[in-house]
Amino acid sequence: MSTTSPTPTTDWTPRPGGAPWLSQVRAQASMEARLMLRNGEQLLLAVVIPVIVLVGAVKGADRVDLELTGRAIDVFTPGVLALAVMSTAFTSLAIATGFERRYGVLKRLGTSPLPRSGLLAGKVGALVAVEALQVAVISAVALAMGWDPAGGVGAVLGALLAVLLGTAAFAALGLFLAGSLRAEATLAAANLVYLLLMAGGAVVLPASAYGSFGDVVQWLPSGALGGAMRDALVDGVLAPVALLTLAGWAVVGTVLTARTFKWE
Amino acid sequence: MSDAAPAVAVDGLVMRYGDKVAVDELSLTVDRGTITAVLGPNGAGKTTTLETCEGYRRPQRGTVRVLGLDPVAQRKDLLPRIGVMLQGSGAWSGVRAMEMLRHVARLHAHPMDVDLLAERLGLGECGRTPYRRLSGGQQQRLGLAMALVGRPEIVFVDEPTAGMDPQSRRTTWELLGELRDAGVTVVLTTHYMDEAERLADRIHIIDHGRLIASGSPVQLTRGGTVATIRLVVSRPFPPGAPDSLRAALGEAIEVTLLDEVSLLVTGPADATTLAKVSGWCEAQGVLPESLTLGQRNLEDVFLELTGRELQP
Repeated sequence: MSTTSPTPTTDWTPRPGGAPWLSQVRAQASMEARLMLRNGEQLLLAVVIPVIVLVGAVKGADRVDLELTGRAIDVFTPGVLALAVMSTAFTSLAIATGFERRYGVLKRLGTSPLPRSGLLAGKVGALVAVEALQVAVISAVALAMGWDPAGGVGAVLGALLAVLLGTAAFAALGLFLAGSLRAEATLAAANLVYLLLMAGGAVVLPASAYGSFGDVVQWLPSGALGGAMRDALVDGVLAPVALLTLAGWAVVGTVLTARTFKWE
Repeated sequence: MSDAAPAVAVDGLVMRYGDKVAVDELSLTVDRGTITAVLGPNGAGKTTTLETCEGYRRPQRGTVRVLGLDPVAQRKDLLPRIGVMLQGSGAWSGVRAMEMLRHVARLHAHPMDVDLLAERLGLGECGRTPYRRLSGGQQQRLGLAMALVGRPEIVFVDEPTAGMDPQSRRTTWELLGELRDAGVTVVLTTHYMDEAERLADRIHIIDHGRLIASGSPVQLTRGGTVATIRLVVSRPFPPGAPDSLRAALGEAIEVTLLDEVSLLVTGPADATTLAKVSGWCEAQGVLPESLTLGQRNLEDVFLELTGRELQP
């Protein structure tokens, strides 16, 4: 509030109105994506950890002589891409949304022209943008390490569907977590679940590597996403059971979120 | 017709939190193009009433209409037309001040020029500062900017100057006055009497969730001819003191017992009244400790209506 200059005249004449839905969604998506990438921890989770896991798994497999159905880099890359999707759609989204509740961002946006559908679409847009970046970085590292993915319609369609349904499933579960717990509890739970699923959820390692436990973990969203990605990028085929499993988790997560989400 | 409707019409609103009644059969109207203050102590039900108008809460009983619309059922139509300044916060902790303002601007069809608005609100210097590092006053001013950037027809501002330094407070008052002059309806809650008295065209005083008085500041304080005499005595008044003083002073004058050693005389505070008060003291055998003349202000009004101080 300047003291020296004379008060500038400002035109306050009312001219209300919301921007077109799509512009609102674009604004919201770019805002959320920028905030996600600005945050050091989230960037670590989104890109650095998956790359470390990829390099570590490939080098480790050479030493311990894991029984894999193909070359280590070809088996692990789809799983690491699945891990990246999980980190963004579940952990990052849950933590970000938990703190949006805590800081009253959701309340504030609740009186802006942005409808809830726009808020949700904006979040999805931000997730897709961050995932695109993750896929680009991880694929580049993997290709440099000699990754030779399957090609063809089955591979592309299978991977796209897996990412899409995996994002839907994990985002719905992440929002369920964020909408029912306090922000700090969400932070802890989202990271814990991520670590547990990374280690024991058949994301990076195929479900078959877990022995009889593999029959259980393949039904987890992590196992289904990892499996669908491997079927697509190793064998070039769609994995109907895994994709349906992901769709099922997406429905369960959405219903839970819609029933329990608290905006404040 | 929604265009003939008042800016805000609250009718018989009841809101409860568990056993506690926050708003109790409240009815009030806000005319378009006015600055209307909802004045009351903390916990009077101001914020709850405002949040019902903003569509955050569904009325438990009664009706609320804003620009003729139901804030819950017609939320989509109403939201673009209103601006809301919340009490505190409402931004991502890592977002920069101007980035946040630009974001809210992008959600609107005809936003104000954000740089001009920021300059007006003194946000120029902290434009790149993350929200969590802004001072309380800067956060308040950013909150006000976010409420105004969409060029709303009506703005709801909840305790707009809480935490502001005196200069920012004055600038904010000036700005709210300009909004009114441009045809924007301003609804503000406050527990500062001076804010309401200086700024508002109309004041609704609420306490314990009820409307206890409404009017322009002048109506409420009944103009310049009315003044007050505060009488403080050294020992408690004898029983029936207010009545006997009232009888001595005549009908045009009100006597309010404030506590056992002080009372407030409201009416034309001329020499006659003063002489009568001191004559009465002599007749009652009470010794005046102080006899203060003053303009009646909103604080006195509030005190008379509720028997309590407005600000703790």
